[in-house]
Amino acid sequence: MRKTVAGLMAGIGFMFACGTPAQSQELTIFWAEWDPANYLQELVNEYEAETGVKVTVETTPWADFQTKAFTEFNAKGSAYDMVVGDSQWIGAASEAGHYVDLTEFFNKHKLSEVMAPATVKYYSEYPANSGKYWSIPAEGDAVGWSYRKDWFEDPKEMEAFKAKYGYDLAPPKDWKQLRDIAEFFHRPDQKRYGIAIYTDNSYDGLVMGVENAIFSFGGELGDYSTYKVDGIINSEKNVKALETYRELYGFTPPGWAKSFFVENNQAITENLAAMSMNYFAFFPALVNEASNPNAKVTGFFANPAGPDGDQYAALGGQGISIVSYSENKEEAMKFLEWFIKDETQKRWAELGGYTASAKVLESEEFQNATPYNKAFYETMFKVKDFWATPEYAELLIQMNQRIYPYVTAGQGTAKEALDALAKDWNATFKKYGRH
Amino acid sequence: MATVVMTSLDSKSRAASRGLSDIKIRNLFIIPTILFLIVFNIFPLIYSLGYSFTDFRASTNAPATFVGLQNYRELLNDPFIWANFAITAKYVIVSVTGQVVVGFGTAMLLNREIPYKGLITTLLLLPMMLSMAVVGLFWKLLYDPSFGIINYALGLGSFEWLANPDMALYAVAITDIWMWSPFVMLLSLAGLSAVPRHLYEAAAIDRAGPFYTFFRITLPLVAPILMIAIIFRTMEAFKTFDLAYILTSQPTTEVISIRLYKMAFQEWQTGRSCALAYIVLIMVLAITNIYVKYLNRVKER
Repeated sequence: MRKTVAGLMAGIGFMFACGTPAQSQELTIFWAEWDPANYLQELVNEYEAETGVKVTVETTPWADFQTKAFTEFNAKGSAYDMVVGDSQWIGAASEAGHYVDLTEFFNKHKLSEVMAPATVKYYSEYPANSGKYWSIPAEGDAVGWSYRKDWFEDPKEMEAFKAKYGYDLAPPKDWKQLRDIAEFFHRPDQKRYGIAIYTDNSYDGLVMGVENAIFSFGGELGDYSTYKVDGIINSEKNVKALETYRELYGFTPPGWAKSFFVENNQAITENLAAMSMNYFAFFPALVNEASNPNAKVTGFFANPAGPDGDQYAALGGQGISIVSYSENKEEAMKFLEWFIKDETQKRWAELGGYTASAKVLESEEFQNATPYNKAFYETMFKVKDFWATPEYAELLIQMNQRIYPYVTAGQGTAKEALDALAKDWNATFKKYGRH
Repeated sequence: MATVVMTSLDSKSRAASRGLSDIKIRNLFIIPTILFLIVFNIFPLIYSLGYSFTDFRASTNAPATFVGLQNYRELLNDPFIWANFAITAKYVIVSVTGQVVVGFGTAMLLNREIPYKGLITTLLLLPMMLSMAVVGLFWKLLYDPSFGIINYALGLGSFEWLANPDMALYAVAITDIWMWSPFVMLLSLAGLSAVPRHLYEAAAIDRAGPFYTFFRITLPLVAPILMIAIIFRTMEAFKTFDLAYILTSQPTTEVISIRLYKMAFQEWQTGRSCALAYIVLIMVLAITNIYVKYLNRVKER
């Protein structure tokens, strides 16, 4: 009997002894619900096979992503060890102490040389030019364009276009051509429309869309180091850019006032529009014949240049950060060591993830892997982003409130909308003591 | 005999005979309920009132600083907030009026002997049994200018309901009317069936016309129950969030609850949003108070 009890006690002791480390060898990464999160789960399965550490990528719909993540951060919860957070969160999350400072890790691995410069600047560093890093660039992304090659290459259409506009019909090189092509293909009587652009004002859809025009027209949102916005956000260039975006809205399909990435892919798959704006991360669905019956005739191009030749695009994508309240910080750090390896980044790109590794991006193999990787590579070296200050959410909502009525309903003028926005942003920066 | 004995006992003894004394009932049911109310209702209410006088932001680890009435002052001077209140008021008026007209009208039609009356009534109640999210998504498809059945049925071509800033609020209200008119209908039916038949017979003998009968007999007698329906629907419409949020994202449909949600959970202006929540609470209480006073007057008549 004594032996049985001793054996049982030993068994229980062994179970606890094995149980504790097994528990710490589990990591949870929080991200939004989209294809790259599925690719990341595939990638981390390989990490588990290699190391025995189970990594789960937990997802939530985009609309809830920010709210859910910050609710957990605010509660100092340890549900997530790492988060692939949006680029504009970095100021709010780092100043509030939600993210672990990764500066030492970043410098040790010379990541500012390894990763594409724009991804380091916008996904990792805060404040700007401070040399302090809070995340590792994970999913590079930017806005690009898809178009209907069969419509563009139809000889009759080409002839008619040339007769009307005086130049050849081809993927647009600048925003003027983009506008002309959108106008040319806009045929409501045939249920064919010119262009699909972002208009959803719930989060950053519309703002990202307009940023594509603003940056390429040579404009800026403000001075990110001095917080000066007057004369910048409401500059002549930005007014022209916003007017052009409003004009493009006139060539979108009916009911296009709340459209974001899902609808913009549907514009191509459902024969609605000749051209469609979207993040590169959503393009895999467009080359897949199972999700796009027009896959064979879908082409891609980078955001066109503005009137003065400036060519930029709005940055998407995210960096991966360690959550301060994680109980597995050391394990998470080990995971990041694995994640930044060249071979892991290469595999990440093979699975469909958009690596930020400059070496992989520059490789011929990557650029020829899909019809849009080359455009992605070109774009990732000319991207700009929204404010990453802690009050970014207020700035985002104010921008939506000011420009949405103008873009979708033609209320007021572009100048009035941007002047009012400059006033709002000034008041917000004043409230938070930025100047 | 046993029944006689039981009824002759006082309440204390009756509870005791079932094994539950008053003290036990208090300890088992009343105290936990009061505690539950304090923990989940009263405490957050008081706590959030405290936050409404601070600049607290839940997204930061910074402590809350007392700012007095600043949040209230700023909110009441914010033209965007007043625009949100105006949108909410417009929505409440359109939606509740529509529900009362459609619901009461349907009840009048059903308040007569018709075949399959029970089945028709049950089918008409179906919309309010659906979830708001499902109704929102369903109507979004119906309103679609390219393939929605509404434009097809009404011959409106590619008329934009949800993308049109002037029409979007009405589109949300129409959906709400579709969903909640059955509720008004149900209450009205109950009221109509309680009107004594002999009053109509007397009116018929006096050769009273249908309008006279309606305004002098039907409406006054159904009014109290109709007022209850109006109070419920007004309160619900005032705090509408889901339908407007799912159907559109127009500034013209940004009712006050959507603004409050954005302020609290997207901008993380916790103190300010608590102040806004209190302003909304005071307004709802004031409106409800007016309704209840009016209801009491109607009942006294």
